[in-house]
Amino acid sequence: MGLATFRGGVHPPDKKELAKQSAITPTRPPKRVIIPLSQHIGAPCKLAVGIGQEVRKGEVIGTPEGFVSAPVHSSVAGKVTGIVDCPTAIGRMVPAVVIENNGSEEWAPLKDNPDYLSLKPEDLRAKVKDAGIVGMGGAAFPTHVKLSPPKEKPVDVVILNGAECEPYLTADYRLMIERPQDVVEGLKVIMRIVGVTKGFIGIEENKPDAVEIMSKAVAGEPNLKVITCAVKYPQGAEKMLIKACVDRVVPARALPMDCGVVVQNIGTAVAIFEAARYGKPLIERVVTVTGEGVREPKNLLVKVGTMIADLVEECGGLKEDTAKVISGGPMMGFAISTLETPVTKGTSGVLALPESEVRHADTFGPCIRCGRCIEACPMGLMPSMISITAEKGFYEETKAYNLYDCFECGTCTYVCPSKRPIVHLVRLAKSQVKP
Amino acid sequence: METVRTKNEQQFIISASPHIRSEETTSRIMWTVSAALLPAAISAAYFFGPKAIFLIALAIVSAVGSEYLYQRALNKPVSVADGSAVLTGLLLGLNLPPTVPFYIPIIGAVVAIVLTKQLFGGLGFNVFNPALIGRAFLLISFPKLMTIWAEPTAQFVKMDAKTTATPLGIMKTEGLAKLMEIFGDKMHLYQDLLIGSRAGSLGETSAIAVLLGAAFLMARGYISWHIPVSFLGSAALVAWIFGAKGMLFAGDPILHLLSGGILLGSFFMATDYVTSPSVKKGQIVFGIGCGLLTMLIRLKGGYPEGVMFAILIMNCFAPLIDRSFKSDVFGAVKVKKEAKQ
Repeated sequence: MGLATFRGGVHPPDKKELAKQSAITPTRPPKRVIIPLSQHIGAPCKLAVGIGQEVRKGEVIGTPEGFVSAPVHSSVAGKVTGIVDCPTAIGRMVPAVVIENNGSEEWAPLKDNPDYLSLKPEDLRAKVKDAGIVGMGGAAFPTHVKLSPPKEKPVDVVILNGAECEPYLTADYRLMIERPQDVVEGLKVIMRIVGVTKGFIGIEENKPDAVEIMSKAVAGEPNLKVITCAVKYPQGAEKMLIKACVDRVVPARALPMDCGVVVQNIGTAVAIFEAARYGKPLIERVVTVTGEGVREPKNLLVKVGTMIADLVEECGGLKEDTAKVISGGPMMGFAISTLETPVTKGTSGVLALPESEVRHADTFGPCIRCGRCIEACPMGLMPSMISITAEKGFYEETKAYNLYDCFECGTCTYVCPSKRPIVHLVRLAKSQVKP
Repeated sequence: METVRTKNEQQFIISASPHIRSEETTSRIMWTVSAALLPAAISAAYFFGPKAIFLIALAIVSAVGSEYLYQRALNKPVSVADGSAVLTGLLLGLNLPPTVPFYIPIIGAVVAIVLTKQLFGGLGFNVFNPALIGRAFLLISFPKLMTIWAEPTAQFVKMDAKTTATPLGIMKTEGLAKLMEIFGDKMHLYQDLLIGSRAGSLGETSAIAVLLGAAFLMARGYISWHIPVSFLGSAALVAWIFGAKGMLFAGDPILHLLSGGILLGSFFMATDYVTSPSVKKGQIVFGIGCGLLTMLIRLKGGYPEGVMFAILIMNCFAPLIDRSFKSDVFGAVKVKKEAKQ
């Protein structure tokens, strides 16, 4: 019997062995944190504190603006010492709150809910919003919005994304083998919020211990199931995960809810559990610091707002020949220009790649129409034609090749023998045309 | 200009994702396909002697040389190291009769590289298969020279001066019965066609040598089955239905698949990435077109062999075929169906 999978995709070396043995360890308490007010898709938060103000852990420092927005909380107890512009992983400068840690570790008052599964769905959803939870797989979409499908789009399935298909990253893997019960409870809370009875956890086959442990954790629950997926990038992409786990096709340019599904990342599920059970806001997350350029790869539990420089230092520092540092994974992550970039709610990994593992994009060849990209594209597009038309400046023509169905997974660019920067050309075209 | 580096400020490179790439490169593909043609080149030397090597080498050198000179003359970056000119020269050489004078491969290579490939924009931009245009140009410009065939000798010795016709040529002008008479019987004919002891172009005569290289390429994933199987399959079908004179469903598909350049053509020339469709379903249409056209020319056309022109005609259709098959987008078909309902 074949494993659950999807059409297309590619299998880069997964490099998980660098960090997979490292148990999740909290970092040293940061001396200060710089917490951006914009850490999610949607409107940035409005500043809710003043310079000089004393705050406790978990206190709101930014309030949401509009529906598609989530509050931001302080990740340490201390004093607000400034509002600065700080770089994000994509290089944009955004306003951020600087808080000096006073070392007290004092929490703002939290509400315990031992009976969380009997709370009303609207109340649970409100807790998710108040906790500032956003998608922790990297997209950082406000979770309470995702968990509010309109009545016209009935949802009957929830899938947890345990694929972690990006090479090098092991954060979700460690969460699954260290806190399987919390993952399952998070899934149950999500299912209660959207009112579904069928829950799945998709896990790639290269994590057999996670498959085993999670299967044991759901053994007593008849409506929860672990689905083992073939090891292929981008199995963890929402649409591909849905196809593999429940064999449904998300309509082009639509959302998973349009075929009755809600997908959540493993880390998000654990955060949802903590918000429901303990009233805990999202102030810390697991970050895999890895790559051949890091001396001691580790999975760290990091307070939001900690500088990436501090994480790297705690992992033994960078090796001399490090060429690129990436926030996220090697396929869709962002190359950062400075280590003085703060960890945000969506930072799943810090990847240091040496010269030997990196391929620079400054020279590339013509498209030889070999078709490898077409075979690999999980969306069934023709990346070759998009790259050829965009390279010559024919940006309007790229739309004829379904430019907007591309979610920039990078599979095409990975397989291209001419080393064409296809994703870069897609982004260029998208910036030059209107949908 | 000096960049100041502080202890904590390492310089990092920023570029768009993805930040890793597969090991495969265009050069590696070109050189691997050339390597897969070595069995055919060796069989050429075995059956037709040292002149075969001379002609093939001349074709390769002329191809590389003309590409180099063209790119230098127009101040373009020289790309001969990518191996595509070598491959074109090798294919052109393997497509020549063993008797041609030295200027034939030179002219053919210049036409292939400069006219067919470079003037269209270089690698990736040519519409037609360069080696085949080179050969077509030679056939039409030097019809007599390009159709003098020689009896193969064995074991790398110099060729006899004795000229002869190819099996397909004999079939066209004198009929199947005469062919059987010359080779003895069906089994002997098949054997000779398989091994290569019959007249033909340098690289096409030994079916086994071609198939060996093709199997290697397919095993490594450089070519897929779509074009060769649909090419050979449709040709075999037509050969069976229409191949016999006066009767239907009495033709000899094996004879047609082993004769002429159809094996070399279907595995090595029709599968050229640049000039064939990129979409797999489109490749099947392309292969069927090649097979049908090859048999049309062989059975009804003026030439005894039709592979070259069949592929060149289908090259014209490759972009159109790709455009017809491009809408296989994930999630798109379902939307259309629901809209119709």
